[in-house]
Amino acid sequence: MARKLVTGNFAAGHALALAGEANRRARGCAGGAYPITPQTEIIEYLRRFEFSKGRIVPVESEHSAMAVCMGASLGGARTFTASSSNGLAYMAENVFAAGFYRLPIVMVAVNRTLGPPWNIWVDQGDSLALRDAAWLQLYTDSHQDLVDTILLAFRVAEDPRVMLPTMVAMDGFVTSHTQMVVDLPEQEQVDAFLSTGCDVPHRLNVNRPTTVGGLTWPKETEHHRREIQDAMENVPAVLEEAINEFEGVFGRRPDGAIAAEHTEDAETVLVACNTMARTLRGVVAERRTAGTKIGMIKSKLFRPFPRQAFRDALSGVKRVGVLDRNHSPGSGGIFWPEIATSLSDQSDTIVQDYLVGLGGGDVTPEALDEIVEDLLQRECSGDPVWKEVAA
Amino acid sequence: MSTSTIEGQSDGVTQCEHLLRAGNTNCAGCGMSLGLLWLGEALDGHMPLVVIPACCGIVTAGAFPTTSYSAPVAASTFASSPAVATGLSAVAEMNQEDNPVICWAGDGGTYDIGIATLSAAAERNENIIYICYDNEIYGNTGGQRSSATPEGVFTTTSPAGKSERKKDIMAIMAAHRIPYAATLSIAHRDDFLRKLRTARDKQGFRFLLIHSPCPTGWKSEPEESVELVRHAVDCGLFPLYEVHDGRRYRVTIRPDPPTPEAVDKYVSRQRRFRHGMLDTDKLIRQIEDQWRYLDVMAREFSADDAIR
Ligand SMILES: Cc1ncc(C[n+]2csc(CCOP(=O)(O)OP(=O)(O)O)c2C)c(N)n1
Ligand code: SF4
Repeated sequence: MARKLVTGNFAAGHALALAGEANRRARGCAGGAYPITPQTEIIEYLRRFEFSKGRIVPVESEHSAMAVCMGASLGGARTFTASSSNGLAYMAENVFAAGFYRLPIVMVAVNRTLGPPWNIWVDQGDSLALRDAAWLQLYTDSHQDLVDTILLAFRVAEDPRVMLPTMVAMDGFVTSHTQMVVDLPEQEQVDAFLSTGCDVPHRLNVNRPTTVGGLTWPKETEHHRREIQDAMENVPAVLEEAINEFEGVFGRRPDGAIAAEHTEDAETVLVACNTMARTLRGVVAERRTAGTKIGMIKSKLFRPFPRQAFRDALSGVKRVGVLDRNHSPGSGGIFWPEIATSLSDQSDTIVQDYLVGLGGGDVTPEALDEIVEDLLQRECSGDPVWKEVAA
Repeated sequence: MSTSTIEGQSDGVTQCEHLLRAGNTNCAGCGMSLGLLWLGEALDGHMPLVVIPACCGIVTAGAFPTTSYSAPVAASTFASSPAVATGLSAVAEMNQEDNPVICWAGDGGTYDIGIATLSAAAERNENIIYICYDNEIYGNTGGQRSSATPEGVFTTTSPAGKSERKKDIMAIMAAHRIPYAATLSIAHRDDFLRKLRTARDKQGFRFLLIHSPCPTGWKSEPEESVELVRHAVDCGLFPLYEVHDGRRYRVTIRPDPPTPEAVDKYVSRQRRFRHGMLDTDKLIRQIEDQWRYLDVMAREFSADDAIR
């Protein structure tokens, strides 16, 4: 394994390419490539990579990038792409189609504010807008987490107990364009980890002609949705298994659905995803040293939402602060109601939402510490708090 | 070419010869019925992978778990059939499988919402046979205009009669310099089958445009469907021709010069053209103009000559 200083986009491109290449003894790999800041370098990496059995198609839109993935997946190949922001919005129809088709496509979403007005900086509203599309969603807080999670994503997505597409999100620029030292996997390791190969059981088969995705009546549709829900419910266990095997192959253990720190005795816990969770880690550590009974949760798996994991980690906690770098106009942050409903049987727990870092505002430790201070004073929860951080 | 057919066939008739089986929900007199039948025939047992976007062509399969199609079909989103087919054909190629990948799409999916996807797949010269059954209307949603609807036609979204001319999709596709583009009519079976087979035996992006009667949208009698599209050929309105490599033209059926009587035979039996509202003289001028263009192309850039 090579330790290298690389950007988030390089790391993502590398992980996708090696996963694709690992399927060369099965039906190969394919994907669609279409540029948008800040993910462009990922699809450029994929177009450069020399696959022994694969094709990355330079399409005319994100809508078609996902359509190519769907076609290739219906052909039985391992498939992947990447996008951001308005690209994800433009792709949306086919994102839903891929989910409802149950095709194990892996997509890297580099989080960027949706426009107009145009803003290229980070905000998780783009991928979160696709949360109901029957995709798994995983949010990553570092370059290493990104690489490892992409590889895990293929394992989980292609597992017959799941068979659903998977989105792996990272922060635009903060992750995509900064460099960190990463253990970059070698092809043989990825081959070993993804050794079963991609098998799409409902792929088009000339010996067994079926019509995939035609009409259904309400009864069959109810079953279809229910089966997707059941598959979603299998995810936490399948993910745990995959992490165990990952550790066996790569010698390190990526975070699971959530990563809780100091929650055992905490009265106050903050929840965040992506790089905000890393900033939060330092703030919480300092408060701990100063004697505050505080902890944090890095929220990694957003779909399926790991309600049980949150319940377990937050039982008996007095105050929960949710940091949302996204905004659902007319409601508030999008993680907030998910966490609040997970704790619906804990009536004494305050769940307070903070909208912070929208449109890419720099979320400093000082800003997070002010949020901690606000949360510690609270005896009851209120409307989402707008914490403006942009200078 | 190796042939993939359904296992267990015994009578020499491959199932995909009956690509669309009985029990489908096509309206009586629908042009798709003959089109799909002959498509299966022209494939001579080569089992295709079919991609069908939202349109009557997917509805006709019926509801899960049954299907009227005897070949594997992927139902794509409305605009996406050429991109889904790109993925399928890429994987088929890397696995050395030679089953033809076919898109079967309406004019809405072709001329309108899917045109960017179609153009891109043609530009990349994907190994796909793209077939548009052009009924000149959005049939599935109950009869709205498309950019393939002829001028003067009444639809639910052109309630005063359409004021724009039908888009020349063949010119657009020829401009992509794809290996093969052709127009087909279900009134001319031999020509129809020959063009399908020509397309089948070529590689790269192939575009076929079928003039496909739609009694429901055309407000015509189902039993007259074939006669109607024959009249469309006879009056010169729907020329039958083919374009090789985007510039070598061949007219395959040559009608007499257009007359008001010939045009009338076509339009008068369809209530989508309202009596007295159609400018026949203008239509005839347009037909003549179209044929002048085709004649020049067929003479100066003949498919009988090699590319100069
Ligand atoms: C994105 C999207 N917009 C609209 C529709 C609704 N819709 C389904 S089929 C159709 C018209 C299809 O017309 P055409 O392609 O001409 O085929 P036909 O129905 O005539 O067979 C429309 C508008 C859809 N399925 N998807
Ligand atoms: S509406 Fe028209 S195109 Fe659709 S099935 Fe009926 S006749 Fe065919």
